[in-house]
Amino acid sequence: MAGRVWSSIQLKVLVIAAAFVMAATALPAWASLGGDAASVQADQIQLQGRRTMKTSGSYTVHEIQGPTGTVVREYVSGGKVFGVAWQGPWMPDMRQLLGSYFDQFARANQARADQAQANQAQKGARIRRGPVLIDEPGLVVQIGGHPRAFAGRAYVPEMLPAGVLPESVQ
Amino acid sequence: MRHFRKVVIAFIGLAFSLAMGCGGGSSPATKASVIASSGQNVAPIVVNSGPANFYANGAFATVTVCVPGTSTCQTIDGVLVDTGSSGLRILSSALTIALPRQKAASGSPVVECLQFLGSYTWGPVQTADVQIAGEKAASAPIQVLSDTDFKAPTACSNGFPSANTLNTLGANGILGIGATAQDCGTFCEQVQASGFNPYYECSSSTSCQAVGESIAQQVVNPVVLFGSDNNGVIIELPAVSGSTATLSGSLVFGIGTQSNNALGSATVYTMDSTLSFTTSYKGTPYSGSFIDSGSNGYFFLDSSIVPALVDCPNTSNAPGFYCPASVQNLSATNQGINRASGTVNFSIANAQTLFANTNDTVFSQLGGPSIIPPASGGNSISPYFDWGLPFFYGRNVYTAIEGASTPGGTGPYWAY
Repeated sequence: MAGRVWSSIQLKVLVIAAAFVMAATALPAWASLGGDAASVQADQIQLQGRRTMKTSGSYTVHEIQGPTGTVVREYVSGGKVFGVAWQGPWMPDMRQLLGSYFDQFARANQARADQAQANQAQKGARIRRGPVLIDEPGLVVQIGGHPRAFAGRAYVPEMLPAGVLPESVQ
Repeated sequence: MRHFRKVVIAFIGLAFSLAMGCGGGSSPATKASVIASSGQNVAPIVVNSGPANFYANGAFATVTVCVPGTSTCQTIDGVLVDTGSSGLRILSSALTIALPRQKAASGSPVVECLQFLGSYTWGPVQTADVQIAGEKAASAPIQVLSDTDFKAPTACSNGFPSANTLNTLGANGILGIGATAQDCGTFCEQVQASGFNPYYECSSSTSCQAVGESIAQQVVNPVVLFGSDNNGVIIELPAVSGSTATLSGSLVFGIGTQSNNALGSATVYTMDSTLSFTTSYKGTPYSGSFIDSGSNGYFFLDSSIVPALVDCPNTSNAPGFYCPASVQNLSATNQGINRASGTVNFSIANAQTLFANTNDTVFSQLGGPSIIPPASGGNSISPYFDWGLPFFYGRNVYTAIEGASTPGGTGPYWAY
């Protein structure tokens, strides 16, 4: 009986330990937009994919090759991630990738859909089936492709280092 | 095993395509194409405003779904013909018969999340005998779209609005007849620890967990389940000068399997593993380009210093499309992985002006901006040229399915 109680507790400890391990491996596999470079360093430990770094003038590109064909690139300058780009069969976890910018991204998507509905009703506008283009103060997001081959980029225009063009985030 | 066999087949296909070579040169400009009008492999399609009455450049077909093995059937029109995805998806609100739900090993229903550009579809996987023209896909897994049967997890919505209603989808469903046999493939056989998962099992309407889905259980391109004419499709639409109210054409099943679906003089452009080829525009090649009947314009970016292709105002009736002051006559060159190449001429008109004529739904000169092209070559993020439905006007466009053998070689490829 006592032995069983101990096993049960041990089991619980194991389950909790396993939960911690799972939570740890579920941490962001990449730093998020606007985050600091330290998070990139921390992420390196968590990565299951291959990660390479390349310095290009005033910024550093961290490239992560995931095991399922997804590639994510983070653009870091002055200790901050100013841009992210990705490609893969499906879209990455946008909340993870965009960090504190995710809510703005989701709001922009919903506003675009609402506006399209209103335009259809009021102005005879038509549906648009094409790339996602969000261009707002403080956030640019572009996504193209189709199921099984998506790609996109996001950057904070105000954070681009001097002389770096938006199309460098690729 | 299955996967291994597929890889081997794909490799043989690639080798064959490479061996074929297909010299360069310019393919002839649009010439009158013959449009098949009869045959058990021919389904009529129509370009119109669709069941929600706001579509532009949407090709719609009629599909019949039946409870497997029975004569309990429903015919559904207004289903968007999409060569950019695979699998049949029907709005729950458009479905009046009860199709059996697919169950996971746990006994819970399997529910799918499929990402499209700017939206996602969500709903249970159900099984139907799918009939189009005289062709039948028996016991095909399809997706039934609904926001309410099960609640989509945030990992599915991912910051995007859903397209599970007539008002948001603009169609009664999507007939995905693209270059892949399933909507997901080997990626979905296991749960991805970090990243997107299309398949879920839902133990209740609010509790869904990602689940691995075998190839055979995945939502399938119905064409591959046809008894014959199952190696690809042809979309045949007549040429359009400017814009018009509606357009009728044919969706033809099979490539080189009947007298009405021969490859003829069409040039084969093979795709890479991301279902892309290269389009060169103004001297710069862009890999990641593609042909897609589900995109409703030409989407590309012009990086001229003083661009004629200005964006329509956000407050206009055509946000996200191009509004040049005058019609722009342009050209670009497509090149397959097999190095076959050909030049395509196209024109872009002012979308605000086009849409002002509310009777029109067919716009051969509709285009809009794509994502910023990469700064310089290399291994970059580069979907760039999206040849949407206007590209199909006046061309018979073939889409061959991955691993399928055809007289033009093994898929996946486009031919036109």
